[in-house]
Amino acid sequence: MSNHTTIMVVTANDLIDGDAVWLTPDKDWTRDIRKAETIENERAAQSRLGEAESHPGKVIGPYLAEVRHGPAGAEPVHFREIFRTRGPSNYPHGKQEIDPGVEAEIEAEIEERICVSV
Amino acid sequence: MYRYNDFDNAFVRERIRQFRAQVQRRIVGNLTEDEFKPLRLMNGLYLQLHAYMLRVAIPYGTLNAQKMRQLALIATRWDKGYGHFTTRQNIQYNWPKLSDVPDILEDLAVVQMHAIQTSGNTIRNVTADHFAGAAADEIEDPRPYAELIRQWSTDHPEFQFLPRKFKIAVTGSPHDRAVTRAHDIGLRMVRNGAGETGFEVIIGGGLGRTPIMGKVLRGFLPARDLLPYLEAIVSVYNLLGRRDNKYKARIKITVREHGIEAIRQRVETDFVLRRNSFAGADQALLNDIQNSFRPPVFIDAPVNSFDVARKNDPDFDMWVKTNLTGHKHPGYAIVTISLKTPGGTPGDATAQQMQVMAELAERNGHDELRVSHEQNIILPHIHKSHVPDVYNALHAVGLATANIGLVSDIIACPGMDYCALATARSIPIAQEIAARINELKLERDIGPLKIKISGCINACGHHHLGHIGILGLDRAGVENYQITLGGEATENAQLGERAGPGFAAREIVPAIERLIHAYLARRKNPSETFLETYRRLGLEPFKVALYGEGRTRHAA
Repeated sequence: MSNHTTIMVVTANDLIDGDAVWLTPDKDWTRDIRKAETIENERAAQSRLGEAESHPGKVIGPYLAEVRHGPAGAEPVHFREIFRTRGPSNYPHGKQEIDPGVEAEIEAEIEERICVSV
Repeated sequence: MYRYNDFDNAFVRERIRQFRAQVQRRIVGNLTEDEFKPLRLMNGLYLQLHAYMLRVAIPYGTLNAQKMRQLALIATRWDKGYGHFTTRQNIQYNWPKLSDVPDILEDLAVVQMHAIQTSGNTIRNVTADHFAGAAADEIEDPRPYAELIRQWSTDHPEFQFLPRKFKIAVTGSPHDRAVTRAHDIGLRMVRNGAGETGFEVIIGGGLGRTPIMGKVLRGFLPARDLLPYLEAIVSVYNLLGRRDNKYKARIKITVREHGIEAIRQRVETDFVLRRNSFAGADQALLNDIQNSFRPPVFIDAPVNSFDVARKNDPDFDMWVKTNLTGHKHPGYAIVTISLKTPGGTPGDATAQQMQVMAELAERNGHDELRVSHEQNIILPHIHKSHVPDVYNALHAVGLATANIGLVSDIIACPGMDYCALATARSIPIAQEIAARINELKLERDIGPLKIKISGCINACGHHHLGHIGILGLDRAGVENYQITLGGEATENAQLGERAGPGFAAREIVPAIERLIHAYLARRKNPSETFLETYRRLGLEPFKVALYGEGRTRHAA
């Protein structure tokens, strides 16, 4: 058995503007992944996902995504999830438009994890 | 340009009214997403990575100034000031709010446009040669037939729940600019021995995870039999097409599993029955439609100013060489406006740029614009005496890039910057290649070379048909790019061949550069194109350029 524990968050898109959102410990939705509730137990994760699916008036398409613990809270692992915390790469639109700091932080991540030689 | 009749207007308005109520019920929680999703997709509304996306149909890629201006207005009023023109000749808005979409659809209806059947398992927006009505090599303008197909397929009661989406492309020219062999049905206008106009009917083409070139179902179909014959094909597919596995549901798989001969027999039998039921109504409709597509009243005027401008302005002359195509009427040219400014996003135009293009169409272009599947905008009818003015106006808004058909005229799907299906990004790769080519100052020397990039195997970027195709994949959580070589999208359409293992994002631009240098070093003479050199030498020297002599790279 692997000693690596998969840490999950529940993520979705906002019903009205489609922006990426994450489920918080108090069962609300945040646009900042660092404030998301991290879940380390598969059964709890499924249960939270079930609860999220019962919020059809707030979000669309909830699913579980893997994260890791960072200094300020949850951090995305897969590059698709990194993009969802930032916005597109061709214009400063999406989350990076509202919080340019996100861009700088994530830029370092991208350099480190996406452009690695294979 | 076809004008909506009362029926069309009432239909579009009624659909908006219905959708407005559906959106309202979704927002207050009376509809679940499972219930709402098919309804929003019927109206072209997708959920993507960071926002919703609205795909607006541009039937056979034809616009007039009024429509283009309205697209600009929508970009400003409801989106972030730009729109993305796609390989399906449509426009996509990347940032609409769900609650605004009914109003956006109202704004579209004002100019007789909509987003119906731009998604879902229906007959999608019909595409056509972007030079239709202007091309020197054309038999007949294919757009009246495309419009006939649009009217027949819109809300067709038998075809709202097909096994999978269904795409039809039409060309009126022997030179195929509509990629007819990569569509569910491709129609190539031909003449028979008696000089009558008809269609070569091709079925079962498509790219995606199983790329297949279409096969000829009928060598000559009289034009008057078009609708009953199409209806027979789609009906046979509707019954035979697989619904158990979405990856095997397209007609290309139906043809492969049953064989073209068995499909032909069924279609021909069904066709005989259906033909009787049409009873000439379709021909009366076609006649009406043809009146809306009368050629413009072309002018005859001296072209000296054009020749003088070419002599005096080398930049203008360079642009003329790449962006103008011969027109059927003497003194005229087809102008292709590149939406591929190096560093920009392929296919994007700002609201201001759309307004300028609309203005030029109205002032100098007989009120016509086209969207090409190569993600550029066409002014199909510009008299040469107006070309210098058109160029200057385009130049003023950053639209005078002289690169049509060259390396930086790259097709790229939205990729993972926008698309929820994507496995990797496409846009930054296109931007980096174009920027690098610009630095090298080799573009003119390289000559015709088509690079096409898709961000997943669904192949919206037509990568299989690129002279150089790039496919972005997710390999163990890292973006990885596979190269195919030798594809072609013309009447000699051919699928490219996979070169070998993929490259990381950081390695892909140098890899493309090595391919280009390998071509330059091996071409017989400067007039031998990349594709010709590739056809002559085959994959091997290019493989060496990519992976090194005698070295086999491990798959990523």
